[in-house]
Amino acid sequence: MSKVPAGTWVEIENILLTPEQRAPQVPEDTRATPYVMRVAGFLVAEAELGSETEVRTLSGRKIHGTLKVVRPHYEHSFGETIEELLTIGLGGEL
Amino acid sequence: MSLDNTYQAVMARKNEIMKSSMGLDYEVYRQGELAFDYERMMNDCGFTLQDIIRIQAETKVGNTPMYELHNLTQAVRKISAPGKGARIFLKDEAANASGSFKARRASISAYVAAQKGYKGVIAATSGNYGAAVASQAAQRGLRCIIVQEVFDSHGIGQPEIVEKGRKCEAFGAEVIKLSVGPELFYYLLLTLEETGYFNASLYTPFGIKGVESLGNELVMQIRSIAGKDPDAVVVTHAGGGNLTGTARGMLAAGCRAQVVACSVDLAGLHMASDRDFNRKSFTTGHTGFGVPFATWPDRVDVPRNAARSMRYMDDYVLVNQGEVFYITELLAKMEGIERGPAGNTSVTGAVALAREMNDDQIIVVQETEYTGAGKHHNSQLAFARKMGIEVRRGNPEEGVNGKSIVIPEHLSQVKGRRQDMEKLRVSYLKNAAKQLAPDKWSDIDRSFVAADVKKDLAWLDAALKSI
Repeated sequence: MSKVPAGTWVEIENILLTPEQRAPQVPEDTRATPYVMRVAGFLVAEAELGSETEVRTLSGRKIHGTLKVVRPHYEHSFGETIEELLTIGLGGEL
Repeated sequence: MSLDNTYQAVMARKNEIMKSSMGLDYEVYRQGELAFDYERMMNDCGFTLQDIIRIQAETKVGNTPMYELHNLTQAVRKISAPGKGARIFLKDEAANASGSFKARRASISAYVAAQKGYKGVIAATSGNYGAAVASQAAQRGLRCIIVQEVFDSHGIGQPEIVEKGRKCEAFGAEVIKLSVGPELFYYLLLTLEETGYFNASLYTPFGIKGVESLGNELVMQIRSIAGKDPDAVVVTHAGGGNLTGTARGMLAAGCRAQVVACSVDLAGLHMASDRDFNRKSFTTGHTGFGVPFATWPDRVDVPRNAARSMRYMDDYVLVNQGEVFYITELLAKMEGIERGPAGNTSVTGAVALAREMNDDQIIVVQETEYTGAGKHHNSQLAFARKMGIEVRRGNPEEGVNGKSIVIPEHLSQVKGRRQDMEKLRVSYLKNAAKQLAPDKWSDIDRSFVAADVKKDLAWLDAALKSI
């Protein structure tokens, strides 16, 4: 597998709590899943996807975790057009 | 020596972590088993209203516009009885740095953190507050970490929360993205302990003091525009800080207008459920926060919550998801402004209330927030459809949370409904009784509890007999 160069903007993941370690008050469906954290940062040293690695975050902290995403980005949008909205406010409601 | 970082061990260190992360000792305000000196705690932070306004002006906070929504007011009058239909005003809090009133709430914490020599600030929030803390920290030269609940067990993030995370990063914050669950607080404690940063909690006196300027400003603007005080102010209600701070600011200005809470009714959806997480189209301003925080404020990340909404709340209106989406669209088409969900929740409540009020009365919606990809109502509805939720036009009362969203066909279907205030107060008493049996409450505890639900001792005695 190709190595991701040091300094690349990446996202790492950690399991903070296994299902057994979770807070007593969590509902059943949530308790069946681990408590997971993700954070983005600059890769400290060259690493492979899926390997344990370290990043330096925007606040300057070093955090360990499993390398999951190379150059994570945002793709949230306005979504597919909801036609039901388009006819609102054209005069029909008055 | 490495510390024990199991859930139980970290939670047990809560008090010492909190004390060093804020430099605030809550024990000095303790008066009884339940009671504490709320006003002294609020006053001890040492800022007058003028100080707050000055500090906020340094970092692009406050002095936001007040608009009269003429077209919406006219539309409401057309569906109201003769002589009904109050004038609706909107305070455009989206104009604050970071795009919401939360900048007011973050501004004093960031100022204090810088003054006290902390290197950075941390906040745990899935809301606009994260962006507000990040924006204020950036301006005060502080590092910033935002701890945020973002995705479900399939790794899918609610689009609005994803957008809020993006905005935090845009201001240079490190964003810790977490899966669904109340252990957000556990991770907050771990991070405070590791970094020694300031806890910019939503619920400290600094956070609430920062919102007092909003209440004060609002009253001054309405007096200047209309020559009199508003009759009612609608506040989108979740954790209670917006309502508490606004109401305190209004009182400081000598205004006795009705303070009305408004939340999106999300009954039937569990806030800590992995399954339900992505089946709600509102991430805040809903009953999942509004009711539990009103009926027991001290469920937060600080020992005593400065946001005590029942002290100030006169009425509480619930609206449903479909109603808010309809009003959001109408605000754009009629008033020519696109704004985000939090403020539009109380615009919806204001429409419902204005119909009952006289046409010479004034109702104020006290906040707006920015909108855009992820936060936009089209984003939310498109996402809901992808999650298998039915979206259609019709009678909004037919909507079933988590299953369907029914967008009104006509403005007259935007009615909202009243939350039973007495039921909320009794629920508060039951929560207080869980802390200590009422027969063991001292006189000072009894007075505190009565004041905390805006009632007197005679009411308390009668109500206690009923639980």
